[in-house]
Amino acid sequence: MKRPFKTRVRTLKIDGIDVGAREDETILELAQENGIFIPTLCHLEGVHDIGACRLCLVEIKGTSKLLPACMTYAEEGMEVITDSERLTAYRRQVLDLLFSERNHVCAVCVSNGHCELQWLAEKLGISHVGVPYLYPQLPVDASHSFYTLDHNRCVLCARCVRVCDEIEGAHTWDVTGRGVECRVISDLNQPWGTADSCTRCGKCVQVCPTGALFSKGKAVAEMTKRREFLPYLQQMREGRR
Amino acid sequence: MNGKLKLATVWLDGCSGCHMSFLDIDERLLDVAALADLVYSPLVDAKEFPEMVDIALIEGAVSSEDDYHKIRHVRAHTRILVSLGDCAVTANVPAMRNRFKVEEVLDRAYFENATLNQQIPVEVIPPLRKQSIPVHQVVAVDVFVPGCPPSADIIFYAVTELLAGRTPDLRTRTHFGA
Repeated sequence: MKRPFKTRVRTLKIDGIDVGAREDETILELAQENGIFIPTLCHLEGVHDIGACRLCLVEIKGTSKLLPACMTYAEEGMEVITDSERLTAYRRQVLDLLFSERNHVCAVCVSNGHCELQWLAEKLGISHVGVPYLYPQLPVDASHSFYTLDHNRCVLCARCVRVCDEIEGAHTWDVTGRGVECRVISDLNQPWGTADSCTRCGKCVQVCPTGALFSKGKAVAEMTKRREFLPYLQQMREGRR
Repeated sequence: MNGKLKLATVWLDGCSGCHMSFLDIDERLLDVAALADLVYSPLVDAKEFPEMVDIALIEGAVSSEDDYHKIRHVRAHTRILVSLGDCAVTANVPAMRNRFKVEEVLDRAYFENATLNQQIPVEVIPPLRKQSIPVHQVVAVDVFVPGCPPSADIIFYAVTELLAGRTPDLRTRTHFGA
């Protein structure tokens, strides 16, 4: 919208519907604009997409690969399918693996009833987890004076990392390790409370989709997140450029 | 038995909250009783699981040797097995001990947090298995009813659908932790 006179338009099909897109628009943005639901978890309006969670995978005619809608730009003549048995199976599998990889005990979680992972499980019809749970031994970092990080509930969406870096400009959070060893860390892999770069703004807590980051003093189901501020902050910044 | 279906409920490693929620269907229990006889349950007197029941609602995770043998026996004598509630479906809170060794868990309960009579019970109490696991990781489960506990309405819906010979689709009606 910044430079409308230079924007080029692409025409393509999503689920058989003809749609027009700006050339800098992703399939996900385009689908949302047209009221087509694609499940997402790591996507967060206001920060860059990274295609980490793989829930927004879509089928595109002409390629056998499934592509993440948040990282795929609209192209002329594309034919996108956002919902199929194959996609549903993969999306459920992603959620199964997320549930089994950490200790998500919804019943006693601060975010019970306000959790995006829990909501997605219901939305995608997960009645049970088909793979064995790993029950990893994971720490809870309560060293910060305002907030707590519970690795048991983390889905590694890296929203905290991105909001801290791109919006707050502190880059307190980062990610260490690979695969099942992957963890969110603060500063030089030290307790959050000792991380000097943290400004205590709490943006990471508000954007966290699960109960991995929460305000101290919240009991079961009490942690609600407020993330309306993000697109607003981003708009303000873009307006100033 | 007068052509009614046979309904059983089984209590494994759970808090009994799912059974309380089942009782919470209140006067609608009469509607259930009109269609089925409750032939085995912590709520009735029967000591032996019957030769064959039509529907068994299972509350709780499989945590002890007793749970393990019981659920295998129940499965073998049940037409439709229902995992009722998060403990049966996900192992939920009972599974929070899984990251520790059984000895550590018992130490914590019977020594660290006990002031009197510190000893690990060996009689009557069945031994704990290494991990608490969901029912469907031990035996085949036909219907899953997540929730902690599932609401009385959900349980009533599920039971009446099953009694009517239909498979209830609960996937978007309830969820983990509900």
